[in-house]
Amino acid sequence: MSYLNRNKIITLLKVQYSNMLEYRVEIALWAISGIIPFFMLNIWTNNNLNESINLSNVMLSRYFLSAFFVRQFSVVWVVFTFEEDALLGKISPYLIQPLNPFFRYIAQHLAEQITRFPFAIIIALIFFIFNRESFWVPNIGIFLLSCISTFFSFLIQFLIQSIIACLCFWTEKASSVERLFFIPTLFLSGLLAPVISFPEYVKSWIYITPFPYLIDFPANLLSGNKTNIIEGFIMQLFWISILFPTFRKIWSMGTKKYTAMGS
Amino acid sequence: MEKNIIQVEDLSKSFDISSKEPGIKGTVKHFFKRETKSIEVIKNINFQIKKGEIVGFLGANGAGKTTILKMLCGLIYPSAGNLNVTGYLPYKRRHNFLKNITLIMGQKQQLIWDLPPIESFYLNAAIYDIEKYEAKRRIKKLSDMLEIDKELFIPVRKLSLGQRMKAELLASLIHKPNILFLDEPTLGLDINAQRNLRKFLQIYNKETDATICLTSHYMKDITSLCKRVICIHEGCITYDGKLNKLLKKISPLKDILIVCKTDKDAKELSNSGFTIKSRNQKEIIISIKKELIKPSLKEILNKFDIEDLYINEPPVDEIIGNILIKGKV
Repeated sequence: MSYLNRNKIITLLKVQYSNMLEYRVEIALWAISGIIPFFMLNIWTNNNLNESINLSNVMLSRYFLSAFFVRQFSVVWVVFTFEEDALLGKISPYLIQPLNPFFRYIAQHLAEQITRFPFAIIIALIFFIFNRESFWVPNIGIFLLSCISTFFSFLIQFLIQSIIACLCFWTEKASSVERLFFIPTLFLSGLLAPVISFPEYVKSWIYITPFPYLIDFPANLLSGNKTNIIEGFIMQLFWISILFPTFRKIWSMGTKKYTAMGS
Repeated sequence: MEKNIIQVEDLSKSFDISSKEPGIKGTVKHFFKRETKSIEVIKNINFQIKKGEIVGFLGANGAGKTTILKMLCGLIYPSAGNLNVTGYLPYKRRHNFLKNITLIMGQKQQLIWDLPPIESFYLNAAIYDIEKYEAKRRIKKLSDMLEIDKELFIPVRKLSLGQRMKAELLASLIHKPNILFLDEPTLGLDINAQRNLRKFLQIYNKETDATICLTSHYMKDITSLCKRVICIHEGCITYDGKLNKLLKKISPLKDILIVCKTDKDAKELSNSGFTIKSRNQKEIIISIKKELIKPSLKEILNKFDIEDLYINEPPVDEIIGNILIKGKV
């Protein structure tokens, strides 16, 4: 993997942040469009569904607000960008630079997250105005741990999408494979409902998949709900350790197949 | 004796290409059963390039010029053969190799579209581990040479094609590569921009002793930059040598424009047995074999009353165009 140093990281982030600021209105709209958890909260509380899982209204509100935050800082779209770049030959100049092009994509995502941050805060403030009883300030330790787990969630999703993106070296429409992953991600990650609410037979196998560690685990951690912190981090690291070498292997095989189409 | 910086032995490249018949039937057939065939676009080619040389790759569309450049810079893997560029196997893409080369494609860009080029320059400088102070110095020098110092702070999307191409060049040269692979670098540029780019490349080559491999459909790029050309036809090398020699070999004739003093002289000259290319009243263009120029001119000057005469080479575009069509040298 390409050698990365502090100067490269800072410059990549600075340049991509400047680039993202050019699209600030678009990013604000994206941030607003990520309010699915609030719709789900409304459905849960209006139907008193929270009673079935022994979670108070306040804790459920905090869970969905946390899910919104985790989602804001773990959204990944690399497959679509990479597919276009690979099919049109746009990655050609980057492939012959001494830095893996995926670092550019990571920097784009992180820069977008920084740009989203103020919009996410504004949405959270509006949420607290209407749900004053849900207001809470997590202690610094928990806050830092949930930041780390959110970053791991981002890494897992980024690696999954990058592996899928590399398939476009073989099949031209890798993004259609990603759509297969979107459905389980939506239902099993905890975005629509806390995983604790799932039937026992689903829960018995869902925790060995990466999905609950994408939203449910970091959101429970941040909101102060009961969760097994050590097990959550171990599973996140386990999936990263599986996905990272897989990505490296498929990247190395894929670039051998690259034909620099369109150039 | 300069050493070879690029060595190519029995290099081949094949691509798998799927074909589809037109219409609904063809589409359905293509959906269930894809027929792919392997096409050999480069066939066992051999050549060496010395440090500091500027070599032009000539060939018609689809001849394989760009594929060769892509293999030389490590962008694509060869199917067979040996390839050595500055002591490295290009397709391994080792960092020390990548820091020594650059590829500029006329129709592809690496600059970030919505930001001023200066941002992309600093990003490239960081990627190539160039200190900020040194990067500033190089950007200043190159932007002066390319005359784009005023455009450095304007978003790329607002620059003209020529300005963008110059900025692309600067972004590709900031790490001082020893080998430049240029794939149609003047594509779409106006005549002045083309001339400036060629001038810049000449200066860059002189100052840094960089090796330049170039493909272009603009013959002026080839004739003003390259002493040596490699002609490619259907994946094979049909000529590898000096451009002058090629032109002599392909076109052994010279055009002589003769302006006669009277119509009578012009008429007599037209009927005197020389090959007449065209005649316009007192002006006649005749084609003469290069080795017969001296005796023929002597004869003309003795026999006819001549006002003026000019000896011209046939247009290079015309000669090279013929090579591209026929593929034979």
